[in-house]
Amino acid sequence: MAATILERPLRRRTARRAGPSWQRGHGRIALVFLAPALLGFAAFYLVPTVRGLWFSFTDYNLLSDPDVVGLDNYGEMLGDRVFWNALKVTGVYVVFNVATQTVLALGLAVLMERLTRSVMIRAMVLLPWLVPNVTIALLWMWLLDANVGFVNHVMEQIGLAKQGFLFSPDQSILTVASINTWRHVGYTALLLFAGMQLIPRHLYEAGRIDGAGEWRMFRQITLPLLRPVLALVLVVSLIGSFQIFDTVAVTTEGGPVNASRVIYYYIYEKAFTQFEFGYASAMSVFLILFLVALTLLQMRLLRASTSDLA
Amino acid sequence: MKTSRRTLFATMLTLSTLTVAACGGGGSETPAADGKVTLTYALWDDRQQPAYQQCADAFQAKNPGISIKITQSGWDQYWTDLTAKLVAGDAPDVFTDHLSRYPELAANNQVMDIQPFVDKDKLDLSVYQKGLADLWVRDGKRYGLPKDWDTIAVVYNTEQVAKARIDPKEFATWTWNPTDGGDFEKAVAKLTVDGKGRNGLDPDFDKNDVKTYGLALETGGGAYGQGQWSHFAASDGFVFTDKNPFGSHYNYDDPKLAETINWYAGLIKKGYMPPYDQAGKLGVTPMMEAGKAAMVTTGSWTISSWGKDFAFAPLPVGPQGRKTMINGLADSIYAGTPHKDEAWKWVRFLGSAECQDLIAQNAVVFPAITTSADKALAAHKAAGRDVSAFVDEANDPQGTFLYPITDNAAKVEQLVLAAYESVMLGKADASTALPAVNTEVNNLFQ
Repeated sequence: MAATILERPLRRRTARRAGPSWQRGHGRIALVFLAPALLGFAAFYLVPTVRGLWFSFTDYNLLSDPDVVGLDNYGEMLGDRVFWNALKVTGVYVVFNVATQTVLALGLAVLMERLTRSVMIRAMVLLPWLVPNVTIALLWMWLLDANVGFVNHVMEQIGLAKQGFLFSPDQSILTVASINTWRHVGYTALLLFAGMQLIPRHLYEAGRIDGAGEWRMFRQITLPLLRPVLALVLVVSLIGSFQIFDTVAVTTEGGPVNASRVIYYYIYEKAFTQFEFGYASAMSVFLILFLVALTLLQMRLLRASTSDLA
Repeated sequence: MKTSRRTLFATMLTLSTLTVAACGGGGSETPAADGKVTLTYALWDDRQQPAYQQCADAFQAKNPGISIKITQSGWDQYWTDLTAKLVAGDAPDVFTDHLSRYPELAANNQVMDIQPFVDKDKLDLSVYQKGLADLWVRDGKRYGLPKDWDTIAVVYNTEQVAKARIDPKEFATWTWNPTDGGDFEKAVAKLTVDGKGRNGLDPDFDKNDVKTYGLALETGGGAYGQGQWSHFAASDGFVFTDKNPFGSHYNYDDPKLAETINWYAGLIKKGYMPPYDQAGKLGVTPMMEAGKAAMVTTGSWTISSWGKDFAFAPLPVGPQGRKTMINGLADSIYAGTPHKDEAWKWVRFLGSAECQDLIAQNAVVFPAITTSADKALAAHKAAGRDVSAFVDEANDPQGTFLYPITDNAAKVEQLVLAAYESVMLGKADASTALPAVNTEVNNLFQ
């Protein structure tokens, strides 16, 4: 009995070197377990992506058959100033959103780690993230309304000028970004907090013995050792942030003028209100390539796959 | 071991295929067991749904073989939803259609031509409000039967008008012009009150501390300004397109439009109208309800949303007379419906006096049939509302102009809205911004 138990893993280990994993039980059973995910991936990602790529070379209005137009859509895209403006607006959104969100989340995570271990507080921090995006957008639209909104009411009470927030050309995209920072900061903080659990306690003890203060320990222990987790969080929030759509769709609808017309909203408008599906697909293809490049660059810069702990 | 693994695999495969199938399903029409045909009817105005349910009940009582299922979603979602369903081949059999949307749907063969049915049934189209039925005809094909119409008038807060010592009777003949705004702007100024209780005509009036605006501002409305500025521009002699319906050249470069829009944006600078970025997207109703604005021009479809503190007045008379945009909705049949005859029966009933009288009693919109519209007027009166301003305007032969119907409507809207907003935000002048966008707009028709 004991012999068989010992023998089995041994045999497996040698078998692994014997040939490609397909031909043995492992690969096949893995395939079985992967099947639902693979099917989902094929049906909801692979096929639509390939179709989208095909549509990007056509003139297609959804209701009639597509006509092949070659690279015309891409040519139109390069000359479309609303498209370039949308990229710029999205860029501003992403930078502002990811920066504020990450800094605030890092601060929050340190507070949770160093000051309190209360599960209550951890749950509370997550609360805005549990509310649907559309609800959040509506909630803030009412709160920030210039005439009947609570925020402007309070600001007027303490003597500040009324602000347009979402509907002011200068504040619009920053307001949208702040709303989403508010929603996501707790979630990001929890991710970072979890990452901090991986940092060995004794480093802090050693630091304290050597007379380091909290700020020094944060800079020289927490931050460097958190880097892989921080990199992951940054990559994920950056990509998530690029996908900003719902808040804009519910509140500003891209306005005023083009101040909050982010790229996803512009793609949506082209595809589903102006029926230029081919053009919208071309923009989507561009966006995929851009995001892939950005992610690779980011992973490289942050050395996300190596840890200083090892 | 081997069999169980294979079974497991098979089960998983089946399960996942089922999931995929479930996602793509729902497109097929399943006839009910008793041979009854179910028609889906889509509309966007929740306030009209109860009235149309009454129509559906009456229709079902007469046609036991057909049952009507009404679906409703808000204006924005309605078109997204409808498009998605058209693409999936699963659109409602009959749906409420808008003048700005039907040309595109017709060009893509999504709406059924009902002219053959109209001819066969020898339908009398003269019962409808003048001009409404013909808006739905393009190249000899008819794409809808009129259901209602709407015009624009002024709604004002009766208490604030009394407080400003304005006699509402004066509204019957008030004037407007793009230079000094005429009586209309004077009334707006009088109704504007600052934090110290001074009105807009007071030399010491503080435009940075306005408590009540004389005129509320509804955001949007760039290309057609239906509730916002179309009536002012038209009463100054502006005409949207070379011809209507189906013009192919827009006249946004007309100096008359520029002077009207500059006047309109000027109300903001004078402090009589809220800044564009502070007008918000909640609509004008919350502002008016809260007493933060005294007056606004609005469409007849909003009548039932105004409480008893509000009353209606006709639009002011401009240099070219009093002009209101008139717009009509219709019911269209989805070209892919498997129940063409039943769908026509329902559309014909929706367009009949029997159904439109029921709509009239609910006093929400004005039905397209003139006799039914009179009943709606009476129903409003019974409910204590005088809405004759809307009806009188519609009945004035020189007083209405039609909602511009052209191709590329969605693109025109996006382009002109951006230009219009830049003027309203004070970042551009209408006399340069509008001619510039007009070139872009007309390029769409090349």
